[in-house]
Amino acid sequence: METLMILLIGVLIAVATYLILSKNLIRVILGTAVLSHAVHLLILTIAGVKKGNVPLLEEAEAPYTDALPQALILTAIVISFAVTAFVLVLAYRTYQSNGTDDLEGLRGPENE
Amino acid sequence: MNNIVVIPLILPIMLGIALVFLRPYVKTQRVISLLTMVAIAIVSVIMLGRIQETGIMRLDFGGWKPPFGILFVADSFAVLLVLTTSIVTAICLLYAFSSIGEKRENMFFYPFVLLLVAGVNGSFLTGDIFNLFVCFEVMLLASYVLITLGGEKAQLRESLKYVLINVLASWFFLVALAYLYGTLGTLNMAHLAERVAEAGQDPILTTIALLFLVVFALKAGLLLFFWLPGSYSVPPTAVAALFGALLTKVGIYALFRMFTLIFIHQPEVTHMLIKGMAAVTIIAGCLGALAYKDIRQIVAYNVVIAVGFVLIGLSVSTEAAFEGAIYYLMHDMIAKAMLFLLAGTMIYLTGEKRFDKMSGLIRNYPVLGWMFFVVMVSLAGIPPLSGFVGKVLIGQGLIETGSYVLLALAFISSVVVLYSLLRIFLNAIFGETIISIEDETPLPKRMLTPIVLFAICTIALGFGAEGLSSYVSDAANTLANPSIYIDAVLGGK
Repeated sequence: METLMILLIGVLIAVATYLILSKNLIRVILGTAVLSHAVHLLILTIAGVKKGNVPLLEEAEAPYTDALPQALILTAIVISFAVTAFVLVLAYRTYQSNGTDDLEGLRGPENE
Repeated sequence: MNNIVVIPLILPIMLGIALVFLRPYVKTQRVISLLTMVAIAIVSVIMLGRIQETGIMRLDFGGWKPPFGILFVADSFAVLLVLTTSIVTAICLLYAFSSIGEKRENMFFYPFVLLLVAGVNGSFLTGDIFNLFVCFEVMLLASYVLITLGGEKAQLRESLKYVLINVLASWFFLVALAYLYGTLGTLNMAHLAERVAEAGQDPILTTIALLFLVVFALKAGLLLFFWLPGSYSVPPTAVAALFGALLTKVGIYALFRMFTLIFIHQPEVTHMLIKGMAAVTIIAGCLGALAYKDIRQIVAYNVVIAVGFVLIGLSVSTEAAFEGAIYYLMHDMIAKAMLFLLAGTMIYLTGEKRFDKMSGLIRNYPVLGWMFFVVMVSLAGIPPLSGFVGKVLIGQGLIETGSYVLLALAFISSVVVLYSLLRIFLNAIFGETIISIEDETPLPKRMLTPIVLFAICTIALGFGAEGLSSYVSDAANTLANPSIYIDAVLGGK
C-alpha cells in the first residue's frame, strides 16, 4: 500500500512541477494546489498507513494507530486552503490591473 | 505560572481580531495597535528578568507534558528578539500613522500588522517544529496581505512572485517535516535534538537537515534571495521597513535553532555549507548594493549583506560568534528599519527614486541628513554605534576558528556597505541644493520623529551593550550548549 501511495505522490509532484513551470498564472496556482495535496499524502504515508486500532485508551486495544499525522494534515489543509484562496484573488487582481496572466508579461520594469 | 510566555502571541492575535470590528474608528485602531506593541515590550522585559533568575521558561499548552504536547519555550535569545520586534514595530507604526494613508488604514492595515507580529513572536517562542510551521504561515499570510494592500500595478506584480516563492518554500518545509517525523517520530524540538544525538546524525538525517537549510535559506534570503529586492521595494515605506526588519530575521532565527540545537553532529557538511552560502550571499549582496542607483534597491541589497554577515556567525559556532550574531541581529533590525524609513522619506520628499536625481537635501532637511549619517555610520560598524559590538564579536569568533578568508570578506563587506550608502549620502544629501525653499515639500514632524527614535535606539544599543551583555551572553551560552535547552524542556517539572 505504501509503495502505491509513494508512486501516486511521485505522479502528483511531477504533474505539479509541470504546471508550475508553465507561463500561465492559473496553471501555476493549480500547480501549487496539486503540490500541497502531494505533501499531505506524503505525511500520511511516511508516518505509516493504518497499523492498529483507534488511539483511545480503554476503548480499543493496542497496537494503536498514530493519530498525529491526521492532525498535521488537517492543519496543513486549512493553511493551504487559505493561501490558495488568497492567491486566486491576487491573481485575478493582478490580471485586472496588469492586463495579462502571462508570467512573461509580469517580469518587471522592462515591460512596463 | 509561566502563562506570561504566551502573551506576545495571544495579545496581538486577540486585538488584531478585535480591530477588524473597529474598522471605522481609525484613531482607536492606531492607539490600540501602538499600546499592544508597548505592552509586549514590557512583557518581554519582565520575561528577560525572570529567565535570568530561574532559567528558561516554558509553557505546556493544555498541561500536556513534553514531548507530547505543543509548548512555548522562552530562552534569552527568543525573548531578546521578541523585545526588538515590538520596539521596531511600535516605531514603524508611528511612521505609518502619518504616511500610510487613509485608504490603507481603512482596509485593515493595523489588524494585519498585529497578526504579522503575532506570527513573528510565535515563531520565536515555539518549541515545537510543526508549530513553527504554523506560526510561519500566520506571519506569511499577514505579510501577503500587507505587501498587496493598496493594489498598485507594480505592487501586485511583485507581490505575486513573493507569494508564489513563499508557497513553494512552505511546501518544502512540509516535506522536510514529513521526512523528519517519519524518521524520528517526534516534533518537539528538544526531543528531536535528543533523538538525533542518540541515533547519531546519519546521512538520512543530514539530508533532511539540508532540506531544512534550503527552506529557511529561502525565507531568510541566504543565497536564495532572488525574490527579495523586487518584493521589498514595492510596498509602502512603513511596510517595507517592517519586512526588512522582521521577516528575514525569522528565517535567520529558525536557522539558528535548527543548526545549534538539532543538527549539530555533522558540522563538516551542514555548517560548511552555511559558511559557503553566507560568503556567496555577502559577495552577491555587495555587488547588488553597488550596481543600482535606485535607493530602494540599494537598501534591499543591504538587507542581503546583513543576512550573510549574521549567518557567518552561525557557521563558525563559537560562543563569541553567537554573542556577536545576537547583537548584530538586534542592531540590524533597528538599523534596517531606520534605513528603509529614510529611503522612503527621501523618495516621498523628492519624488525621485534614484539618488543621482536628488541633491543637497541637507540644506532643505538638515535633521534628515544627519539621521542618514547616523544610520550609515551605524551600519558600517563604527563605535560607539550599535553595529560595532556585533561585528567585533563575530570577528573574534572568526579569528578563534582561524577562518581568515571569511574574516576578510566580512569586514570588506562593511566597507562596501559604507561605500554604497556614502554614494547616496554624497549625491543626495550633500551636493548642490536643487530644491529651492519655496518648492520644497514640507517634512512633517510626525514622519521625522520615528526616524529620530530609531537613531536613539541604535545609539542606545551601542552605548548600552554593556547593560544587555548578561542577557546576550546567557542567550549565546544556551545556543552553544544545547543541553541547557533540552534539559529545560524535557527535564522534570
